[in-house]
Amino acid sequence: MKTVIVVGNGMVGYKFCEKFVAKVDQDSFKLIVFGEEPRVAYDRVHLSEYFENGDAERLSMAPREWYQENKIELFTNERVTDIHRNSKTITTLSEKTFNYDYLVLATGSSPFVPQINGVDKDGVFVYRTIEDLEETLAYADKIKKKVQKPKAAILGGGLLGLEAAKAVMDMGLEPHVVEFAPKLMPRQLDTRSSKVLQVKLESMGINIHLSKATNQILGNGHVIGMEFGEDDVLNVDMLVISAGIRPRDELGKSCGLKMGTRGGIVVDNKMRTSDPNIFAIGEIALYNQMIYGLVAPGYEMAGVAVDQIIGLEETTMAAEIDMSTKLKLIGVDVASFGTPFMPAEKGHSIIFENKTESLYKRINVSHDGKRLLGGILVGDAKDYNMLLQMYLNEMPLPKNPENLILGSRSGEDVSFGSAMDLPDTAVVCSCEAVSKGQICCSVKEDGNESLKAIAKATKATTGCGGCKPMVDDLVKETLKSLGKVVKESICEHFEYSRQELYDIVKLKKIEDYDSLLDEVGKGHGCEVCKPAVASIFASIYNETANRQETIQDTNDRFLANIQRNGTYSVVPRVAAGEITPKQLLAIGRIAQKYDLYTKITGGQRIDMFGAQLHELPLIWEELIAERFETGQAYGKSLRTVKSCVGSTWCRYGMDESVTFAIDIENRYKGIRSPHKIKGGVSGCIRECAEARNKDFGFIAVEGGWNVYICGNGGANPQHAQLLVERVDKITATKYVDRFLMYYIQTAPPLTRTAAWLDKLEGGIDYVKDVVINDCLGIADQLDSEMQHLVDTYKCEWKEAVENPEIRARYSHFVNAEEADDTIEFVSLREQKMPKAWV
Amino acid sequence: MISNLSTYEVVESENVSIWFKAAAVVKFPINGGACVKYKDKQIAVFNFTREGTWYACQNLCPHKMEMVLSRGMIGEDQGVPKVACPLHKNSFSLKTGKHLNGDLDRIATYPVKIEDGFVYIGFSE
Repeated sequence: MKTVIVVGNGMVGYKFCEKFVAKVDQDSFKLIVFGEEPRVAYDRVHLSEYFENGDAERLSMAPREWYQENKIELFTNERVTDIHRNSKTITTLSEKTFNYDYLVLATGSSPFVPQINGVDKDGVFVYRTIEDLEETLAYADKIKKKVQKPKAAILGGGLLGLEAAKAVMDMGLEPHVVEFAPKLMPRQLDTRSSKVLQVKLESMGINIHLSKATNQILGNGHVIGMEFGEDDVLNVDMLVISAGIRPRDELGKSCGLKMGTRGGIVVDNKMRTSDPNIFAIGEIALYNQMIYGLVAPGYEMAGVAVDQIIGLEETTMAAEIDMSTKLKLIGVDVASFGTPFMPAEKGHSIIFENKTESLYKRINVSHDGKRLLGGILVGDAKDYNMLLQMYLNEMPLPKNPENLILGSRSGEDVSFGSAMDLPDTAVVCSCEAVSKGQICCSVKEDGNESLKAIAKATKATTGCGGCKPMVDDLVKETLKSLGKVVKESICEHFEYSRQELYDIVKLKKIEDYDSLLDEVGKGHGCEVCKPAVASIFASIYNETANRQETIQDTNDRFLANIQRNGTYSVVPRVAAGEITPKQLLAIGRIAQKYDLYTKITGGQRIDMFGAQLHELPLIWEELIAERFETGQAYGKSLRTVKSCVGSTWCRYGMDESVTFAIDIENRYKGIRSPHKIKGGVSGCIRECAEARNKDFGFIAVEGGWNVYICGNGGANPQHAQLLVERVDKITATKYVDRFLMYYIQTAPPLTRTAAWLDKLEGGIDYVKDVVINDCLGIADQLDSEMQHLVDTYKCEWKEAVENPEIRARYSHFVNAEEADDTIEFVSLREQKMPKAWV
Repeated sequence: MISNLSTYEVVESENVSIWFKAAAVVKFPINGGACVKYKDKQIAVFNFTREGTWYACQNLCPHKMEMVLSRGMIGEDQGVPKVACPLHKNSFSLKTGKHLNGDLDRIATYPVKIEDGFVYIGFSE
């Protein structure tokens, strides 16, 4: 059994214990913890709450019994004084000696007390521990009896200083914050936001004194004032020093560990000090030349040290540590994230300031307008969590990033939706490193349907609590998604939208339906998810419907359209409706031979009805011999590109619409999509090809082609909308390539382009931005993905007739050669039709 | 052969008097169905490869009296194995024959057994 000794029982030291006992078998390690304070570890972040309720127990991270239950030997009020690295022992103030195999230093920090004359007078306090607060409180009670309207100064206008100011105000003293820098919270705020905060705090009775260097502390025995310069004196009855922290690194220094020049014990990304058996975590650890005074990185360090000790050596500290913070100061929201101040060469800032409302919002955006780099919020930080997630996950910005801080104006769409838009991997609770996916999964699968239950199960929100609103949203939205409103997930077998599944298939390189079901689904699938997934495979790998035939819709499975009596119709491709007399004769001959009903379709081609299953390969063999190929009339894929005769014949034609339509139809043929796609090309604005009720349409005009998208006939006719005007064919094609690819990747199953556009936030303007301005930075990718589909096209009917195994599927009976004798036809205008339904 | 509903009646495994040797297992699609001819009956047989189970039912969809169920997509609805008719997506339980998304008549189901690589369907006549 190995012994791990933890020196320090603060928040980070406790977190180490919690993570350790969760992962380690109690028989293989013994854990001993030393804390110098009389109390077990408590939540220092919410120290000022102690004044609200005076209940120290409520701040405890865990009760003393927790340590017993987990067989942790806990010594409080026991300071470790020496480390003997040679013998791997430590000794304590009461001269006890303990052996260790691993030593974890989590001694935290102490308040930095600057060397100012008079700092040792009575009435000067620091703000760090519950004891500090109790002493301060006792002194405040004393002076309140002696002095009317007593005043207290807080030295330091940083985060902790302002917290202390609130504590002092709660004690009934008039607070005065004294800051050396010309602004408040100098590490988090810029000058303007500091000013906004200052005005707000002053209106609440907190006095702010900036750019003040304290020369000495006045008073005879006890503090009566602070002197900044000649004739610049502030009379106060008490002083709380909150001028930063210094790591409690004396143990490391005395035993000869490698130290930073300005303090702190140097650690690597495994949290190891220069002695491989000694780890340092929290505010004494100097990582990347930095001391991190926030809870989240401290907790992460604790987790890394646990894993390293138990042998999971691949767990290391991230190279970059996020220092974003959000807090409520005396009822005022203050938050900063990413790079809060930024030199102009790195990007530009969007700033909103309203002094009368004490509001300040700033976001920093990269020069190309695509990424959020950081920002500051004062007065209203409700968008902090979303902004932080956008920054952390490098999510694309909306077209008008100012909407992120201004909200929706003049009918524009709101720029970001809910927390549910985040990727599953997004870390929502950074203190406990809980991802959105874990939270949603806990709601869905473990039935944790309240914030409280989630906090218990995942520990999310139990650190700084800043993520509470977002976790709450996630719980509510996930619950909603479980049936109270329309589910985003495609069916009961996959808790994902089509777009999410698309990304999963692509990222995980999953190639067959069963593997996808095994990896991210449950159960055995159904007629909803199977064809949806088949479409995704087709869009990513361009595989034909022949490979996984049983997950295809019936039409795709047999590469033909099933009709009323279970017979099929056959439609060869006639690109743009152009057909030679020889091909017409061939179709006529074949249709006659198999006694098929023929009709011209709406898409300028010829449909042959009434073929029985076993006849399909025979018919196609003959069609292919006449150089026809499949028209994919059965697929959720490109149907036809309709054309007028254009300038080739028409006296009004502005350009050659037939040639363009043939090229386009051949370009997109075989491409599968969430629903069928139709195109049109008109040679002039008379629009004989009806391009504007197609999913994409080109109309020749003076000087080029106008491109329209997202039109459709059908149950809800919708005119296509203008994507771009007067461009050449190459540009027009490129934009339609991108539009189609983007649609294919993002649309829900069985959603035509028009319906997709209706639901798309930002509408046609957003599509323009993606396709033309490349606002998502994905244009190159869309281009190459489309080119891949174009380059790998093959006629699936040719594949089917040439492959005996596929061909064998075209038999009505598995155990007999004969045809289905229940099919009956009646005659109709010299052709045939199915016998009427009973 | 007639497409008449009365041709098809449920056969429970205890009532099987004839195990009809339909075809080799390999002739059936993986996770899909095929149609077996037995006397004047058309029987849809489904190979749930993923679960390792087999089901059989009438090939006739009671909705529009078409011989198409064997070409339907198979799947599962909260654990119940089912087939969706390719014409109008009416789904039927393959355990009970019950219409799952409407109130059409039950379809007849038949026992299936696999022996020596062959699929057998149980009939009572």
